[in-house]
Amino acid sequence: MTDLVLENLSVLRGKRRVLQQTNLHLHPGEFVGLIGPNGAGKSTLLRAALGLVGAEGHSSLARLSPAVRARIAAWLPQAREIAWPMPVIDLVALAQNGRRDAPQVQAALARMDVAHLAERPATALSGGEQARVLMARALAQDTPILLADEPIAGLDPAHQIACMKLFAARAAEGRVVMASLHDLGLAARFCARIVVLDHGQIVADGAPEKVLTPDLLGRVFGIHCHIATVEGGLVLHPLESCNHLTWKEGSDAG
Amino acid sequence: MNRKLLAALTFAVLALFLLSLLTGVADVGPIRSLKALFWGGEGPLDIVMREIRLPRAILAVMVGGSLGLAGAAMQGLLRNPLAEPGVIGISAAAALGAVLALQTGLAATVPLALPGAALLGALLGVGAILFLAGAGGGTLALILAGIALSALASALTALVLNLSPNPFAAHDIVFWMMGSLADTSFTQVAVAAPVMALGWLLLARSAHGLEALTLGEEAAASMGVNLRRLRLAITLGTAAAVGAATAVAGTVGFVGLVVPHVLRPLVGANPARLLPASALGGALLVLAADIAVRKVLPGQDLKLGVLMALVGAPVFFHLIWRMRGAA
Repeated sequence: MTDLVLENLSVLRGKRRVLQQTNLHLHPGEFVGLIGPNGAGKSTLLRAALGLVGAEGHSSLARLSPAVRARIAAWLPQAREIAWPMPVIDLVALAQNGRRDAPQVQAALARMDVAHLAERPATALSGGEQARVLMARALAQDTPILLADEPIAGLDPAHQIACMKLFAARAAEGRVVMASLHDLGLAARFCARIVVLDHGQIVADGAPEKVLTPDLLGRVFGIHCHIATVEGGLVLHPLESCNHLTWKEGSDAG
Repeated sequence: MNRKLLAALTFAVLALFLLSLLTGVADVGPIRSLKALFWGGEGPLDIVMREIRLPRAILAVMVGGSLGLAGAAMQGLLRNPLAEPGVIGISAAAALGAVLALQTGLAATVPLALPGAALLGALLGVGAILFLAGAGGGTLALILAGIALSALASALTALVLNLSPNPFAAHDIVFWMMGSLADTSFTQVAVAAPVMALGWLLLARSAHGLEALTLGEEAAASMGVNLRRLRLAITLGTAAAVGAATAVAGTVGFVGLVVPHVLRPLVGANPARLLPASALGGALLVLAADIAVRKVLPGQDLKLGVLMALVGAPVFFHLIWRMRGAA
């Protein structure tokens, strides 16, 4: 099986170091949640790991040729682009050289609950449905490593939970799965390992109950949370933002 | 379904090719014309069929195929249905190159100088568009870049004509730029064929990359597409196809806009399957238009480029109208 290894990975944007000397070793079987506030460098870390942006240091994926990398790692970018009104099944089949009847394509359609939309033009679907179609494409690539940038943003709660369970199941099959997430509650409940990124640096890495402490949540996210254990799992619910992060008077949150 | 579409398009191209051979000033029956083409000697009809109508029909297929293919490829790369070489000024840039070659006399002395210069102009045009419109190909940036490039290329072409020492040559060039397949011969076929073939090869090889690009650049790159190579292949391929087409037929716009627009729903919007369909569709459209210019106003020398613009511009308006609604 394939590990994902990052050593001293750094990314410069202009003169600013948006990712600093990152070391990370992900093992098959792990579903890793990558969390951090806006601008912490989550997307940059994932892109640099894949070699999609120029970076210093070493990533086990970045030095592969695009064709070889595509067989090892699938990538679900945050921007959900579908340029042409192609049928859903054809979009998903792009992961298997356009073979509509490939078993991976059929399985991915079923797992993302979009099999009933297979012949519909993907551009005519709702945002959440499009997100599931694009995720089905990444699953259909059937790779030992899956990296996803905010995969559950915009999904309804049932599909968010289904998606997190699916990622956990993919990891349990012996794959590496890493997803950047903003929903700390779902991350706490479904990820086996949490990596916290702040100002381009990994500030915590480990099991959810070890990492997601009130101290860290206050320091990194500026929030106060209710943390408990229910039905054998961690429950985390943000309650209040700490003072330094309140919106300014009259500023527009939208 | 795809195979049926390609078969139907091929059949239609063959039928119109035949019709094109039978269309002309000399009013001769079809059987006699075809006899003259295949078994003719040195009589006037034999020469008309072999050396005027046959190359004209072949050029219509080559030019139309090139323009249709280039339009589909550019649209796939920029993910924008408005990206058409004629509309965004690449044909104008190619025409500038061709005009320079004609005016300097280079075209008459150096073999392949005319398509070469047009290719160079088109190459600079495609490069400028990709640079100005950016990789994402937003509609506004694309249209603005196209306007800027068209304006610059037209102004420079006008300057060349303005300073031309020979007013009759300038007059000829103005008419040539309107786009026409009249008065062509096998010389033009031979001049355009190698450059076009290079363009077709490069564009045909881009099919897989264009398909993956539907999901955006990052996703395409992660799916094994070498983006730099894809962009280079389409830039060179489009420049070669459009440059050679412009060198022999002048500026014929809108083929690459109308044809992919009409055929896209028939290929499931798949950018890879759109390529061969658009090539055949472009050949079909230019053959039909070239027959129409001879039939509609016989003896008036209606220009192919003018007719195409009259048909194509409304489609362009329609596309902008629809995209305005979607935004």
